Amino acid sequence: MPVSSDLDEQTELGDVYLDRLMREQLRLSLSVLALTVLALATLPVLLTLVPATRTVSVLGVGLPWVVLGAGVYPVAWVLARWYTRQAERIEGDFTEVVEHS
Amino acid sequence: MSSSLSLVAVALVCLTTLVVGGLGLRLSRRTSDFYVAGRTVSPRLNASAIGGEYLSAASFLGVAGLVYDRGVDMLWLPIGYTLGFLVLLVMVAAPMRRSGAYTLPDFAQVRLGSRAIRRVTAVLTVAIGWLYLIPQFQGASLTLTLVSGAPPWVGGFVVMLVITLAVGAGGMRSITFVQAVQFWVKLTALAVPAFVLLFLWLRAGQPQPVVPTEWHIPLTSLGPDDHPAYRTASTVLALCLGTMGLPHVLVRYYTNPDGVGARRTTVTVLALLGMFYLLPPVYAVIGRVAYPELPEGTRSDSIVLRLPTAVVDGLGGELLTAMLAGGAFAAFLSTASGLAMSVTGVLDQELLRPRLARFTGGDGSAIRGFRYAAVLAAVMPYVISRASEPLGLATTVGLAFAVAAATFAPLIILGVWWRRLSTTGAMAGLVVGGVAAVGSIGITMAVGGLSGWPAALLANPAMWAAPLALLTAVTVSLATPSRIPASTRRTMVRLHTPERVALARSRIRD
Repeated sequence: MPVSSDLDEQTELGDVYLDRLMREQLRLSLSVLALTVLALATLPVLLTLVPATRTVSVLGVGLPWVVLGAGVYPVAWVLARWYTRQAERIEGDFTEVVEHS
Repeated sequence: MSSSLSLVAVALVCLTTLVVGGLGLRLSRRTSDFYVAGRTVSPRLNASAIGGEYLSAASFLGVAGLVYDRGVDMLWLPIGYTLGFLVLLVMVAAPMRRSGAYTLPDFAQVRLGSRAIRRVTAVLTVAIGWLYLIPQFQGASLTLTLVSGAPPWVGGFVVMLVITLAVGAGGMRSITFVQAVQFWVKLTALAVPAFVLLFLWLRAGQPQPVVPTEWHIPLTSLGPDDHPAYRTASTVLALCLGTMGLPHVLVRYYTNPDGVGARRTTVTVLALLGMFYLLPPVYAVIGRVAYPELPEGTRSDSIVLRLPTAVVDGLGGELLTAMLAGGAFAAFLSTASGLAMSVTGVLDQELLRPRLARFTGGDGSAIRGFRYAAVLAAVMPYVISRASEPLGLATTVGLAFAVAAATFAPLIILGVWWRRLSTTGAMAGLVVGGVAAVGSIGITMAVGGLSGWPAALLANPAMWAAPLALLTAVTVSLATPSRIPASTRRTMVRLHTPERVALARSRIRD
């Protein structure tokens, strides 16, 4: 009997597997959120601690404008793609385990 | 500023919405078509539809207006609007799709099996939807008055009429096509004039705007006892958490084929929004060059629409204005129809259908009830928008986000990830979060003259109200373990097990 029927019947064994899946996914999600908060806090901290950065300009545009106006978006997209791949990998491994054991 | 071209553009956008809505009418037969387009929407189409629906008056006009007004600090708003989808992606996208619910009240019922919580979430969905609809109508009135001199009630009325017809005719399926088209209409309408303005600005030797230095520096105070860091952080948090609780956003996730599709859709949404939000700052900066000050009594929300004729003479300027006016209407129509659709769904299911079914029964009356609900969903906020003072487009939208962040976000996050959530705990969290957010905003609007920390905390409640709601839900749940729904384990299997794992009993059929 594969574990998938344990999941389906909500046995204790199925529960152990489900618990592990949820924990792994939640850990991944929370690390993405932590990275996001960290990245968002970097700019204000930098501007406060190193006042010179306030007037630095990149290609004629002020640093805050570049970071807040454009820089954030590609980073968010890359992070989202990375998350999606990881989440799908976790689900792939889980499927493998519960259907063939 | 008078322009028949702008009126033609606005009329074209309205007509397109109605025609595409009409096509949907022929495709919609069963009741489930009205709600979730039969669940056959591909991630790419769905992402365009989400983007089209999400970019509202606040994004199209409001962001540029605020950046024009207050400078670089306001760029945190579009960042929040975008990161809301990142938070949604990692916390709820796939499980929400797997829950198989049509609306947020459905999710509450599936997860907690409580009629009372279902009712509270229904009321909140309608309240948030209406709060978000008000600025769409106000934006439409502002736009139409600016480009044609029409009385202020006309613009909002046109939007109300079009969305009622479109939603009532085709339901969700037509709306999915409409929304997907609207995204590209909006992006083009904002991008083409932006590139023309940028080109002219570069050719003129990049004149710098004459502004105070604070305009270029993030997190600067607006006044002596302003708390910029708190204000900004709380706003960004409200946008990040609020997105997952917006009725018109969540309903889109039910149209994804599966959990993996829901995630991929969200990644594409992030790319689309990132593209779009590059544009508003262009209008804000060049706007400052062209208009160092706006004429007395003019709302900064109008900067996008004023700019082309100030920079480009003659027909060119009018063409660009027409493009922007059309794009702005696309923004109002798409967001408003998405919101009206969700509010209609809730009104129909919770309020009208149970009553109508008692008289007749059958699918015919179900669709008629849906149409009554569509009228109610759009007329009410229009009436409120005419009665209330406009607060600024992005500000009113921000309030809707704050309420969603303090009520639905804790409910959904705990519902998806925490098995020990009890019905009593969930209800306590909803009530505490709702009272805190709505109360603070009410006090801010009703009582003037607050200053310092009390003013900052009440005007931007998300930072404390959302954690408070979450903590309340957790504490009360831990104290009432007997009220944990018996179906919790089965629901968790359903929410988190990948679709590829064959489950006979736990899976829902749809």
